[in-house]
Amino acid sequence: MDLELMINSLPKLLNAAVITLKLLSVSLIIGLFIGLFFAILRLNKNIFINRFAYGYSYVFRGTPLLVQIFIIYFGLGQIEYLRSTVLWVILKEPYWCAIIAFALNTGAYTSEILRSAFQTIKPGIVEAGKSLGISNKVIFYKIQIPIAIRQSLPAYGNEIILMMKGTSLASTVTIMDLTGVAKYIISTTFKPIEVFIVAGGIYLFMTFIIHNVIKFLEKKYSFN
Amino acid sequence: MELLAFGDTGWGDELFYATLMTIAVSITAMFIGFLFALIFTPLKLSKNKFLNFIANSYTTIIRGVPELLVIYLFFFGGTGAVMFVASIFGYNEYIEINAFITGAFAIGIISGAYSTEVFRGAIQSIDKGQFEAANVLGLNKFGKFFKIILPQTLRLAIPNLSNVWQITLKDTSLISVTGLVEIMRQSYIAAGSTRDPLFFYSFAAVLYLLLTFVSMKLINRLEVKYSRGY
Repeated sequence: MDLELMINSLPKLLNAAVITLKLLSVSLIIGLFIGLFFAILRLNKNIFINRFAYGYSYVFRGTPLLVQIFIIYFGLGQIEYLRSTVLWVILKEPYWCAIIAFALNTGAYTSEILRSAFQTIKPGIVEAGKSLGISNKVIFYKIQIPIAIRQSLPAYGNEIILMMKGTSLASTVTIMDLTGVAKYIISTTFKPIEVFIVAGGIYLFMTFIIHNVIKFLEKKYSFN
Repeated sequence: MELLAFGDTGWGDELFYATLMTIAVSITAMFIGFLFALIFTPLKLSKNKFLNFIANSYTTIIRGVPELLVIYLFFFGGTGAVMFVASIFGYNEYIEINAFITGAFAIGIISGAYSTEVFRGAIQSIDKGQFEAANVLGLNKFGKFFKIILPQTLRLAIPNLSNVWQITLKDTSLISVTGLVEIMRQSYIAAGSTRDPLFFYSFAAVLYLLLTFVSMKLINRLEVKYSRGY
C-alpha cells in the first residue's frame, strides 16, 4: 500500500469529482425535461406519436451508453452540413457531446419511470379534480405531475446513481472527470489498487449522499 | 453497403466475429456472476453479522462504483496480482493475462453483485410456509433447496435476471478499452481505417439492439416455462 500516493492523489481526484458532478447535474436537468416530454408523448392516444416515443426509449435503453457517446462525438462531426451550422460550436466540444449523450440516455430511462408513475395515478383523483371544476391543464400540472413525481422518486433515485456511474464514460472522449483522472494516475504510477480505493471511495461517498437525499425527499413527500 | 461486405474488401466478417465475441464475453460474465451470487447470496441471508457485512460491502461497492473504474482496476491490476501469486510459487517471469479473461472477470464481478441482489430478493419473497412444509415432509437440506426453494426462486428471479443480462450485455462494450475485439472495438478499428465513424457506430448500435431484442424473446420463453402452474 502506497499511502503517500493515496494522500497526494486525493486533491486531484476531488477536483475531478467536481467535473463529474457538473456533468451529472447538467445532464440530469436536461434529461428530466426530455423524459417528461417523452412520457407525455407516451400517454398520447395517437399511435404514431406513441410509437415514436416508445422507439426513442427502446433504442436508448437497448444500446450501450458508450455507443451513444461515440455516435455523437465521432459520428456527427462527419456530417459536412453540421459543421457549417451554429450547432458545430456545441458539437465540437467533447464536454457538450458527453452531456447531450447523457441527457438523451437518462431522458429515455426517465420517460419510462414517469410514464409508469402517470399510469399508476388512480383515475379517481383526476375525476375528483374534474368534479371540482378544475380545468384539465390545472389538473395535469397541479395534481398529476406532483403525484407522479412522488411516485417516481425511488426509481428516479436509482437512475441518478446509474447516471453518476455513467458519467465515467466521459473519460473516453478526453474529458478529465473522476474516472479520467484516476485512469491517468493509474497509468503513470502503475498503482491501480491505491487509486481505485481513493476514486472508488469518492464515488461511494457521492452515491451515499444521493441515496440519503432521495430517502429524505421520499419521507418529506410521503402521503401519510 | 460495400463497407459491410464479407471478405477482404469489407468489414462484415470482422463485425460478425466481433458480435460472437460480445455474446461469448456476456455469457461468460453472466456465468461468473452466477458463481459470485452463489457465494454471496447465502452470506447475505445468513444470520451471522460478519458474513452479512462482507456480502453487503461487495454489493454496495460494486454497485456504487462506475463499471469503467472496475475494468481499469482489473486491466492494470490483474497482471500484477497474478504475478504476485505466481512469485509466491517461485515463478518470476512476466505473465500476460488474456484480455478475454480479464474482461469477463471484471464484468462478471459487476454482474454478480446485481444477481446477488436479485436472488436475495427472490428467496426472501418465498412464503415461509414453503420452508416449513418442506421440513414437515422430512426433506433433507439438499432436497429442500433443489426441489422446493430453487424452482420457485427461479420463477421470481427470471424477470429481474433478464434486466441483469441486459446490463451485462451493455457493459461488455466497456471492455473495448482493454483492446478485446468485440463489437465496440471492431467498430472503432473500422471507423478509424475508413474514416466513417457515423456509419460504423450506428451499425454497432443496431447490433446491440438486435442482441437485446433476440435475448429478450428467448428470456420471455424461459419465463413462460418457469411460470407453469401459476
